[in-house]
Amino acid sequence: MEKSKLTHSCKAVIIGGSAGSIEVLLKLLPALPETLTYALIIVLHRKHTAESALAELLTSKSRLIIHEVDDKEPLKTGKVYLAPADYHLLIEHSLVFSLDASEKINYSRPSLDVSFESAAEVFGPELVGILLSGANADGTAGLKAIKRAGGLIVVQKPETARVAYMPQQAIQEANVDYVLDIFELARLLNLLNN
Amino acid sequence: MIEEHDLDLLLNDLFELYGYDFTNYARASLKRRVQRILTLDKFPSFAELRYRLRSDEPFLKHFVEELTVNVTEMFRDPGFYKVLRQDVIDNLRAKPFIRIWHAGCSTGEEVYSMAILLKEANLLHKSLLYATDLNPTVLEKARRGFFSLSEMKQNSENYIASGGVQDFSSYYTAHYGQVKFDESLSEKMIFSTHNLVSDSSFNEFDLILCRNVLIYFDKALQERVLRLFYDSLAQLGFLALGTRETLRFSSVEPKFKQFSQEKIWRKVS
Repeated sequence: MEKSKLTHSCKAVIIGGSAGSIEVLLKLLPALPETLTYALIIVLHRKHTAESALAELLTSKSRLIIHEVDDKEPLKTGKVYLAPADYHLLIEHSLVFSLDASEKINYSRPSLDVSFESAAEVFGPELVGILLSGANADGTAGLKAIKRAGGLIVVQKPETARVAYMPQQAIQEANVDYVLDIFELARLLNLLNN
Repeated sequence: MIEEHDLDLLLNDLFELYGYDFTNYARASLKRRVQRILTLDKFPSFAELRYRLRSDEPFLKHFVEELTVNVTEMFRDPGFYKVLRQDVIDNLRAKPFIRIWHAGCSTGEEVYSMAILLKEANLLHKSLLYATDLNPTVLEKARRGFFSLSEMKQNSENYIASGGVQDFSSYYTAHYGQVKFDESLSEKMIFSTHNLVSDSSFNEFDLILCRNVLIYFDKALQERVLRLFYDSLAQLGFLALGTRETLRFSSVEPKFKQFSQEKIWRKVS
């Protein structure tokens, strides 16, 4: 991974995952600096349970506050956002979040594809999409959309994922830029910080 | 994905030909909805969808039905209904008459949930539930009070999680994969089309529920609708929104006081 390739301006990083992803985030988030030069958006398949428990758990491991998104909340550089349970998370060109409670996609709400595609449309080449562990094919179409819009796409090394199916699917179907283990993913998130 | 420019043309057609104004709907979600119709109905191109909409009025009904989101369930978000049951309804008990507005009621699941809560609190006899939607087809379904039997397992679980202690199946009779809810519930409901984009206030209410409707609107339209709700609420009336909807980004916020973390506010000035 050459540093020169990563100096392109990055306005947002979107991380998606399913089964086995929370444990990865619990390792990635502590490695993040206190000040981020991009917005970090996290979309996870999760149970519709106690509202802010997951955001609190992630925040407890980070120097940053991980905040669950409200509808029409402004998207700001330096902030970390978590998609709420049971809504699709979309981004408007005016840089506010929109939520959507419509039909599940890939048996999931939030669907990673929906958020990835929406982010690709807004951020184009200034977006980095990262797909983590999971047992479902959600996310692959979204990564392709990010790539088509000129963004960088990265997946967790399947051998390091608790459930390898999701990253494997992306490696097969999308023209992935990097396949990284957890340590390398943490390094990437820091390199993208300018 | 369809182009912004094409979507503008389509929205313009809908307004000019049929009077439906979707221009202030949240764009990202609206675009997905149109894209979904293109795929589901197998239109070979966007131009063909546009032509069909312009030339085939019955298709419009189908289009509007598919464009708007009608995903709902009874006692959706049981924690919310628990607060309604335990705290909000008690505040209405002293009223001689209780008026409730379900704005954007879709197929009516939440209206029936409300009627069950009121009945169990022994308040249904002096309540009226106004249920509105822009979409006549879903209203017709709500009015008839038939629901799919397969949904009753989830509904019943939600009911119990919301603090319900009756046998949920005592509220309906099942036949041939469908259930019909008791008419003692529906006789206090008034169904009517109402478009939050263009129609005005039509009564004064003690409680307005509008859950997971505002998310489909942009900020300007949300502002309009929240004003409309403010104007339609009695002093100390309650406003209930969806789990991730908020007054935080709106100018009416100072006129309300948050009553519960479950996205319920009270009009205080």
